[in-house]
Amino acid sequence: MKVTLTVNGGEYVRDIEPRLLLIHLLRDELGLTGSHWGCDTSNCGACVVWLDETPVKSCTVLAVMADGRRVTTVEGLGSADRLDPVQRGFAECHGLQCGFCTPGMMLTARWLLDRNPDPSAAEVREAISGQICRCTGYENIVKAVLWAARNGGSG
Amino acid sequence: MQVPAQVEYEKAASVEHAVTLLARYGTAARVLAGGHSLIPMMKLRLAQPEVLIDINGITDLCYVNLTGTQLRIGTLTRHAQLLDSQVAGEHFAILHDAERVIADPIVRNWGTVGGSLCQADPSEDLSAAFAAMKGTMVIHGPDGSREVSAREFHTGPYETVVGPSELLIEISLPIRPGGGSGYQKVSRRAGDWPVGAAGAAVWLTGDVIEDAGIGLTAVGATHFAAAEAEEYLRGKTASEDTLARAGQIAAENCRPVADQRGPADYKRHLARELTTRALRLAVARARGQAA
Repeated sequence: MKVTLTVNGGEYVRDIEPRLLLIHLLRDELGLTGSHWGCDTSNCGACVVWLDETPVKSCTVLAVMADGRRVTTVEGLGSADRLDPVQRGFAECHGLQCGFCTPGMMLTARWLLDRNPDPSAAEVREAISGQICRCTGYENIVKAVLWAARNGGSG
Repeated sequence: MQVPAQVEYEKAASVEHAVTLLARYGTAARVLAGGHSLIPMMKLRLAQPEVLIDINGITDLCYVNLTGTQLRIGTLTRHAQLLDSQVAGEHFAILHDAERVIADPIVRNWGTVGGSLCQADPSEDLSAAFAAMKGTMVIHGPDGSREVSAREFHTGPYETVVGPSELLIEISLPIRPGGGSGYQKVSRRAGDWPVGAAGAAVWLTGDVIEDAGIGLTAVGATHFAAAEAEEYLRGKTASEDTLARAGQIAAENCRPVADQRGPADYKRHLARELTTRALRLAVARARGQAA
């Protein structure tokens, strides 16, 4: 079926099977491989993207459900010459090791800071509690988000 | 790689449209709300509908509001919306307690209240919360709406009274004076299903328990409720001994089964302890002694 969705500000029209998952539309059809395909069971959060105003796990959303909606992926978070404060925070605080969980972590962090510009470490941990860092680098991820909050928070 | 089997897709524009589509496709169709239970089931072929009726466009069903002495919750309300609802927290602290420990913040953004209830997982949290609050479910079908008590809603694991051409549209909870409520859950890790959980509501006159509601999940309680313990509490003074005894009665009357989350005797222990703790919290809140 034909769907029209806005991804990172650009409009895309595609003819897709209803069973296609949003993560596969983004990666395989649109070539946006920043969103990662991890556990496939909505546990790990590597596939987190924004659907309209909120982060969702895109391995558990059908692409047809995004018809007429806005999707934001890590590619839409910032640009190479103008990084989002969250991206700078991850760079400054060594917030990533292998990088697999990073796009999802950053999209959740951006959402958290938009709602709560000055979170406590506990609030950051709660916000990312549905996401797994396979390097177990949580300490620096929390530091990176807190750094972003202190340095330009809302972007 | 897990992908659902081939499926047809229809987008419902309104409740009436959804019901018309459901009536047309019958048991071949499943309602798609947040999809956070259904899509994983489809990936595993535990569910294999031929048609999905997507109700995400029916934003009329996204609300939490107070009408007279009823809190009304539209079934397309996302878990995150219920957790953010001030009016829900003010009157039913149990709902915020429960929502805080349902899945994780990202899943709560898209998963819906109605979806969780209709999935009818025997370990689902809101089913116990609504059983404790003695809520009413409003179900809409081709012949109009009907109301069913929360305790008559589930007919077994993954089974509810919602017919193939019906849609659960609202849950309403009565607000009564002297009330307090709370929810207590033990799970193995953040975001997991409960090993056991209990929700409790009490309505006090002075120190006397006029009425009590106890919901239990994941421990094999009939209709997610502990009716014998509620009966015991009615008319008693809300003392520590009384609440502990109610926990014991609740544990004696449930039938937990061993699984990967824990052995049956541990779950029975949780039923007792968590019922007592939830009652203690509910009583403290009814007295204005706890937030």
